[in-house]
Amino acid sequence: MMTEMLIPLLTAAVQSGTPILFATLGEMFTERAGVLNLGVEGMMIVGALAAFLVSLATGNPWLGVLAAGCAAAALGALHGLVCLSFLGNQVVSGLALTILGVGLANYLGTPYIGKQAPGFYAFDLPFLSTLPFVGKIFFKHDALVYLSYVMPLAFWFFWHRTRTGLALTAAGEYPPAASAAGLNPVRLRWLGILGGGFLVGIGGAYLSLAYTHLWTNGMTAGRGWIAVALVIFAFWRPGRAVFGAYLFGGVMAFQLRLQASGTQVPSSFLLMLPYGLTIAALLFSALRGRGGSSSSAPAALGVNIEPEQ
Amino acid sequence: MFGLTVITRQEPPKWGSCLIFPAALALSLGVSCLLLAAQGKPALGGLIILFQGAFGASYAVVDTLLKTVPIFLCSLGVAVAFRMQVWNIGAEGQFALGAVGSTWAALTFPGLPAWLLLPLMFTSSAVLGGLWAMIPAWLKLKLSINEIVTTLMLNYIGILILDYLVYGPWKDPSSYGFPMTKEFPAAAIIPTFADSRLHWGMVLCVVCALLLWVFLTRTRLGYELKASGESLRAARYARMPHGFLVLLVMGLCGALAGWAGLMEASAVVGRLQPSLIVGYGYTAIVVAWLAQLNPGKIALASFFLAALRVGVENLQLELGVPAAFGGIIEGLILLSVLAGQFFNHYRFKRSAS
Repeated sequence: MMTEMLIPLLTAAVQSGTPILFATLGEMFTERAGVLNLGVEGMMIVGALAAFLVSLATGNPWLGVLAAGCAAAALGALHGLVCLSFLGNQVVSGLALTILGVGLANYLGTPYIGKQAPGFYAFDLPFLSTLPFVGKIFFKHDALVYLSYVMPLAFWFFWHRTRTGLALTAAGEYPPAASAAGLNPVRLRWLGILGGGFLVGIGGAYLSLAYTHLWTNGMTAGRGWIAVALVIFAFWRPGRAVFGAYLFGGVMAFQLRLQASGTQVPSSFLLMLPYGLTIAALLFSALRGRGGSSSSAPAALGVNIEPEQ
Repeated sequence: MFGLTVITRQEPPKWGSCLIFPAALALSLGVSCLLLAAQGKPALGGLIILFQGAFGASYAVVDTLLKTVPIFLCSLGVAVAFRMQVWNIGAEGQFALGAVGSTWAALTFPGLPAWLLLPLMFTSSAVLGGLWAMIPAWLKLKLSINEIVTTLMLNYIGILILDYLVYGPWKDPSSYGFPMTKEFPAAAIIPTFADSRLHWGMVLCVVCALLLWVFLTRTRLGYELKASGESLRAARYARMPHGFLVLLVMGLCGALAGWAGLMEASAVVGRLQPSLIVGYGYTAIVVAWLAQLNPGKIALASFFLAALRVGVENLQLELGVPAAFGGIIEGLILLSVLAGQFFNHYRFKRSAS
């Protein structure tokens, strides 16, 4: 009886956690290279719109995903231009990016409100979906969810076992050391911004092509900001990001179910849950972080690379 | 890059702000025009409609002045916080809570005379907005929790609290299902000048700005606040009360943003409803940065961005351009000004090689 209620909820948690997972990993990628990008919300919604428009025009949702990644990375490139080339303040530039991105998506998307585009649909993974309990929760989803399962492992491998990954970490920890080792920290940070932006865009694409198949203005509803918080909650580690994203996915799914069940609790309070949980998650990681290791944030996060004299 | 190297300037060039800002503005408006053209709308014609909307008639200028008030109040607080390197982006939520606080007083004590009710409303909105802003300040001080994320999350929550009240307990039973409270009693409305739509809140703006200026430049605490923004370590070494200052500044931010909410509810709309929330809190961030966190320039920048909003409303009316167009221009201006400030601090020199 209990599992019968639990399985649909957990399945929905994975589904609504997936866009947050992509966005969190994307922001983590950028931050580990030392760039704080608060434009996630803007990049995500621009990605969602690009995915929707391209899928609508071509009929191919994969092209939509590609377009989403490119569009979000292009918006991220503005952040790179302002912060890496013109040494502007990273916090303010990121905020500007969010204002611009949300404006852009709602402006260009308004004629398409309520229209449908071809998107992704769930299919069972052979064998795995027949596993008891786990099979129903994790292996009856769409292709993008399956893609998201591979990402955290791939990132762990990238950051710890490849030259580029280690160089990227150096650019985030101590750029002068990276320079001394013959690396170009500015170029590495560009990689961090563009690569991270691409992933954030895929998160947006998930919202407009898989989570729903239609366009609504403001459809990210703060998920980009939740991703920024989750990077902190995850201590910049991909494994914990998965846990955090599904936790938020679970709360969002639970909230929707409770609303649909016609509960007495006013919907405004239910809608507050993910935002309240974000603060709670930061509280939790602050309390945890105080006990043991010092801050796990990249040491040069948010600090621009000044020109040599 | 391109045979150029970057050199740090000893002091900003004289032409700095008078060249950077117009250039950034021209670039932003140019790109926005291209976007208009992309949707098959007249690019140059759109620009003209935008300017006509903002400055073309006396009622347009009045509209602009009315919108300047909340943007200015929010931005004043934001700028002081940014000076201290406290990244408060929660003016939007503090605005909502301020509007809620003033509405509570107006609906609970409808029988009071104006000389009692208005001060009560100012107090309740300042307290509620201020406390709302002090939550993230306290979390930052006690647990070093990033205030950017918490202030932003509290925006969403604050707006939902307002929604809950106007859809639920405070809903006017005779509003035909529309989410709004009853109209405020006459004593709860901030009076206007003679028969114009301009209200006394504008005078309050000027008073707030002057008081803040005196506080920042003429008091010990104000000096410590500035010092602590420039170098936290030096300020700690000099035993300045950094924690107290952060709480104070955030409380001030919240109170000012709260008053902005009060004025929208009381003087402009006359009741509490969700449409009060139009993003002034985010525009305030753009304004604060454009004005280089300088209280005097904030007045000018607020007026300018208010004009932009009125102009975009005219575009909406005449060409059916979505309201989001304003966000695009704001974002572009902020990005290009940020990039342009590079030339205040650095210059290019041709490489020797």
